[in-house]
Amino acid sequence: MSTRNTKVMNRFDVTSRLIAKLKREEAVIGGIGNTNFDLWAAGHRPQNFYMLGSMGLAFPIALGVALAQPDRRVFALEGDGSLLMQLGALSTIAALKPKNLVMIVMDNGIYQITGAQPTPAAGVADLVAIALASGLTNSAWAADEEDFERLIDEAMSADEPSLIALRIDDKPGVGTTRRDPVQIRERFMHGLGVREPL
Amino acid sequence: MAIAEQQTSSQAGPGSGDKSWHSIVLQTLKRNEISLIPYVPDRVLTPLIKNLHADPFFTTFATAREEEAVGIVSGAWMGGRRGAVLMQTSGFATLANTLASLAVPYQIPLIMFVSERGTLGEFNYGQSLVCRTMRPVLDSLALEHHTITRLDELEFIAERSIKQAVTTQAPVALILNPLLTGGKIFDK
Repeated sequence: MSTRNTKVMNRFDVTSRLIAKLKREEAVIGGIGNTNFDLWAAGHRPQNFYMLGSMGLAFPIALGVALAQPDRRVFALEGDGSLLMQLGALSTIAALKPKNLVMIVMDNGIYQITGAQPTPAAGVADLVAIALASGLTNSAWAADEEDFERLIDEAMSADEPSLIALRIDDKPGVGTTRRDPVQIRERFMHGLGVREPL
Repeated sequence: MAIAEQQTSSQAGPGSGDKSWHSIVLQTLKRNEISLIPYVPDRVLTPLIKNLHADPFFTTFATAREEEAVGIVSGAWMGGRRGAVLMQTSGFATLANTLASLAVPYQIPLIMFVSERGTLGEFNYGQSLVCRTMRPVLDSLALEHHTITRLDELEFIAERSIKQAVTTQAPVALILNPLLTGGKIFDK
């Protein structure tokens, strides 16, 4: 399915739909900016990790978590501009094939947070086609919210990494993550059962 | 960053087998339960990379960029698995933003092994220039780093530095100097 047939959705709405489906302490990595702002706004969970920099590393960080905890599903939320900075990571993930990793790309074609400048890929490149050609054979555009939820359900039991891309609108994030990196990291480690609180 | 286009010195590396620099690094990683090793290759690191691939204790794989490797081991650390990143000097030069916005502020014990090019016989001017940016970047972030030149000091420095990184939750860069590894020389 190409992007032409897909509905324009809203980041906060689809993020909330994802969170509502998580019942087994799945990890969620939120990429820089609006992506993790909406993850935060959807309701903090101990298994959420919020990036405050390192643009483009949501999928690599999630890959690391997935390799460390192969029995836990790990979701990564990334923007289109961020993904463009680390397209090579798609091939790394395709080569390692972590079956517990689910990548979600929020594609609005713009750098919303910096002033809505179009990305170089806007109207030119198809991110799902790039993912497929990178070796991620289980990659798809979500046609609408219902299709997104169906794709999430499939990814929950997939035996290979999944990538789900959505076209989203140009709205900013609904909330603002509290910018406390040490607390974010420590609480995430508690949420993953790696450490106990002091 | 790039795979070397020249051959490593044939006399590179003081000795082989259990006393080689790369076997000491491998054994130190294993002793410290560091099992996840993403890397961007370098000619000098080739024997280490080859032996890591051959040892099932390690999950060793190439990444497209060094930033990606740092993201992976950072995620793995938070998930309870230890890792280390292997790279060349020029690759380290791509990492300032990732160090300053991920590893340092989130207090992640990022362990980096950097094969040092750009000094002691460098033949590529760009390599010698980018090498000069490495220590100022490390110092500007107050990151622990050691330049290892002697085989008899390697195990002590690597072992202690890994333990310090983990216990203080701070990154460390271990710079493998040509005096240790033999480096890479112009031979054609």
